[in-house]
Formats: sequence, structure tokens, C-alpha cells
Amino acid sequence: MSGLSALTLAEARDGLKTGDFTSVELTQAHLKAVEAARPLNAYSCETPEKALEMAAESDTRIAAGKAGAMEGLPVAIKDLFCTQGVLSTAGSHILDGFRPHYESTVTRNLWDAGAVMLGKANMDEFAMGSSNMTSHYGAVENPWKRKDDRKAKLVPGGSSGGSATAVAARAALAATGTDTGGSIRQPASFTGIVGMKPTYGRCSRWGIIAFASSLDQAGPMTRSVRDAAIMLGAMAGFDPRDSTSVDAPVPDYEAVIGGSVKGLKVGIPKEYRMEGAPPEIDALWQQGADWLRDAGAEIVEVSLPHTEHALAVYYIVAPAEASSNLARYDGVRYGLRIPGSSLQEMYENTRAAGFGQEVKRRVLIGTYVLSAGYYDAYYLKAQKVRSRIAGDFRDAWDKVDVLLAPTAPNAAFGQGEKMDDPIAMYLNDVFTVPASLAGLPAISVPAGLSAEGLPLGLQVIGRPFDEETVLRAAHVLEGAAGFDAMPDFIAGG
Amino acid sequence: MSLDKETVAKIAHLARIHVPQQDLEPLAGELSKILDWVEQLNRVDTEGVAPMTSVVAMPARWRADAVTDGGYPDDVLANAPEAEHGFYTVPKVME
Repeated sequence: MSGLSALTLAEARDGLKTGDFTSVELTQAHLKAVEAARPLNAYSCETPEKALEMAAESDTRIAAGKAGAMEGLPVAIKDLFCTQGVLSTAGSHILDGFRPHYESTVTRNLWDAGAVMLGKANMDEFAMGSSNMTSHYGAVENPWKRKDDRKAKLVPGGSSGGSATAVAARAALAATGTDTGGSIRQPASFTGIVGMKPTYGRCSRWGIIAFASSLDQAGPMTRSVRDAAIMLGAMAGFDPRDSTSVDAPVPDYEAVIGGSVKGLKVGIPKEYRMEGAPPEIDALWQQGADWLRDAGAEIVEVSLPHTEHALAVYYIVAPAEASSNLARYDGVRYGLRIPGSSLQEMYENTRAAGFGQEVKRRVLIGTYVLSAGYYDAYYLKAQKVRSRIAGDFRDAWDKVDVLLAPTAPNAAFGQGEKMDDPIAMYLNDVFTVPASLAGLPAISVPAGLSAEGLPLGLQVIGRPFDEETVLRAAHVLEGAAGFDAMPDFIAGG
Repeated sequence: MSLDKETVAKIAHLARIHVPQQDLEPLAGELSKILDWVEQLNRVDTEGVAPMTSVVAMPARWRADAVTDGGYPDDVLANAPEAEHGFYTVPKVME
């Protein structure tokens, strides 16, 4: 059947329910699309047999009237999630051949809800990157092209760039992502899809390969806000195996879709107006505020005075946590081992060969800022400034219900650009990192096109555990924007 | 804060990453640039501010001090590059 891979998650769910097609048919259409999308390198591992097996089981459950919230819906899983018996590499050479004997909680929740796995999505190595150029499995290509330069290959953003590309190119109905400093929202913006990072603690981190534990959070990447609500509901929930998982009921997120924003107070953080930012980013932001005002919201300017320091805090805290988390890759328990004449040398050889350049850079920075004599000056100072940043947001919530901001300071850039200047690459996360440091829920919604014809996203940030208001406002923005532009490359028919 | 070659070699050793001699100098430059950039935090007044230790305001959960998992050494060892007799194996550490 053709056209099945162009459906939204909600449309596919409803079509399965009314019997217009089966999950096996839906999955077959997607497997064809996955194959067609191979030139983009969005998947690092395809699992067609598993997909068809899961789809057949879904059809049985649908026939028996036992369909779950994601029943029969084929999705891609970022390769940061451990999936039982299926290669899980975090895009790193050091996890060569790693097939976990356990399933991450988030993917377990998805399978329990009936979802079907198409494969593992390519990503920046250990989720460190904003371009998807650092994967051991090669760069991922954005399905979008500049309108007057069809030759240049663009990045899909990162680190969840494979997930974003698969969803944008119609090679998955939806995908999981993870966001540490913007890794869901920035690629969503670059590829014209919706990406949501829920509140820290909403989705279990158990079984997600750890990068920076106080920041990492899983979330959905979809082609509509409603789809994000459906998928988040299936991913979220309390998990005693994650000590920072929050024991709170998961609301029916889809129920808020279509709600009004009349009277909602929307904050415009004035510090997000950056000197030298492209005028089209500012113009779209203003347009977003106008859309919400026209829908009945009240627009209020607010101040988040410590915003300018958020990136510097992030590039101390995240590498520090990464250097600890990545200590486990020692050539003993899993993955790559490069022999040496001593145990010490075996460790050093394995980690030298197994980690890419950006990962090494961050592990070294992290090791340095945690080392004796420097801990107070760097790490402790950063955690104090982080308190200040979180405090800025708390003050803002006295005045407003959500914040509206651009998702990224630019549209997708060319493969290979910004590679020789780490700080220029880090600046891609300037608008996403503050909410990550404060653990807040935030969503990117495709809102318009750049002068080059590339998608640009707007970001809605909310109070802790108030994903519902974020989704409600995002859905109004989505409706007003009416974003219906299509990428150059569409994999599915 | 400028890092010299020797400091980079020391950090690399602490991080158990082999860095070839000729890479130390360029790496020192790259890392120094990042450290210079984060120096901006010294401009922020953090007098009396407690460092952030918990992202979401909630008390740590209690649980019973009981074994709730385990008993499958084969699964645990299944991904090891080398394992023997139910153990991970490593190069000899004692003569």
C-alpha cells in the first residue's frame, strides 16, 4: 500500500483501529522507506525481521481488542537506548558489537504499548555533537536542501540527527531522541519536525547509555505536536531503577491538544535576543509571539539575566559528568579491546582507539575540571552559576506560564562546517541549553523557512512537569504556522 | 587558563587515554581555548549561592537494602571481549 509512511502517528493509529490497513502492511511500507532512505545514513542498524514479527503480534492484539497506545506503529530508536539482543553502540567504535541482554525502560514502555521497532538511529558519538558528524557509522545527511544549492549536503543537527532525519524523510512514523543540551530540539528544528524534551525525571534514564546524568532526558521526535503527546505518554512513567525518576502519574497528554491559550501568559526572554543573530530568526520569533497573541495569549517580556553564561556552565558540567560516565569503557566488560603490555596500557590503547576526537576532548576537559586543585574553580563554580540560571527561570514562572524562544540561532549548515572550531559548534545550543540546565520541559515546533528555504523551529519552555501547557501552546503555534513544506528527499511513497 | 603539554599528558593519563607525543601540543591549544572561554563564569557573583546538586526538587527515595537482581553471570559476561570460567580476564597485573 502506498502513502502509509506519509501518515502521522495519530492517523496511522486511527487507520489501524478502523481496519483500513494492518500493522504488517504499515510496517512493510516503512521497511521499504527505510531501505530507500539508506543514502541519508539515518539508521545505523536496521531490524526488519524484528519489525515484522512485532507487527504481526500487534495485528493479533488489535484483532483481540487489546491495542495499546502505540499499537502497531513503526518507530526508530536512537542508538543511545539499550535494546535487548540488538546492536546498541551510541555511535561509538568503543561499543563495537555490543548487544545488551536487557532493554531500556523507555523502549520497554514503548514495546509494552505495542510500538514496532524499525531499527536503531544513527547519532553523534555518545550524543556529543550538534551536527551528526561524529558518529563512528558516518555522518547523517539532512533530507532538506538549500533552495539554490541542491548539491551541498547539510547536517541534520545533533545529536539525535538520525532520528530527526528518519522522521523528516518519512522513514519512520516517529523516533525516540535524547536531549542533554538540545539534542532533540536542535535537530528537530533543522529537519522541520517536532521534538520534545520533557522535564528531567519524567522519562526513566535506565538503560540509556549515559552521557551527562544530571541533564540526559529522553523524548519523542514526531511530525506533529499531537504525535509528540501520544508518544511521550507511552515513553514516560515512574521507574524505581532510576533514582531520579519522578513518582508522579503521567497525564493524558493528548487530551490537551486543541485547548485554547486564551489568557495564557507567554514570556519573551529578552536575553535571547543575541547580537549578530540572523534577522530572520528574530523575525520568526516575533511572528510566533504575534500568533500566540492573536490566539488570546498575553505576551510579557521577562528577563533571564544569567542566560549568557549557560553554555559555559554546560561545557563544564556535561564534560565532567561524561568523564565519569565514560570511565566504564575500559576494554574489559564490553565492546572494543586493544591489547597492551599491561592492564594500564590496554585501557589507554582501547580508549585511544575507541573514542573519537570530540569525545576525547570532552573526557579530557571533564577530567581536568574535576581534578584535585581545579574542582572548586571550575566544577563547583559552574554548579553555583547553574543554580543562578535555574533561579532565573523560577522567577520567570511568577510572571508567566510558558516562555517562547527560537530553537537554534541558525538553520541547518553544511557537512564539514564548524568542525575546526568546537566553540562555534557549541553555540548551536545557545537557546536550548538553559532549559536543560534547569531540567525544564521544552518543545521545538517547525514554524517557518529561512531565506535559503530551510526549516526553522520555535521553542516553548514550561514549568517543571507542566508538559501539558507546553503541548497546548505548541499545538496553537503549529496550527498558526501551518508548516507544510516538504524536504527534498522523501523516502516513503 | 593555558594548559601546557605536560598538564595535558597528565590529564590524558588520569583519563586513561593514550595521546601520542606529537598530539599533545595541538590538544593543549584546543583545550586551553575552551577553558579560556569558560573563564567568563568568574564574572558571575555566586556569593552565598549553593551549588545545584539536584535538578528536580525531590527528596531521595528510600528502598529496602535487599538484593533484587542478579544470578545470571553468563548474561553479564556475554559481551566481554575476553572471559574465562565465569570471570572477565585482563592482562596480568602481578608477577
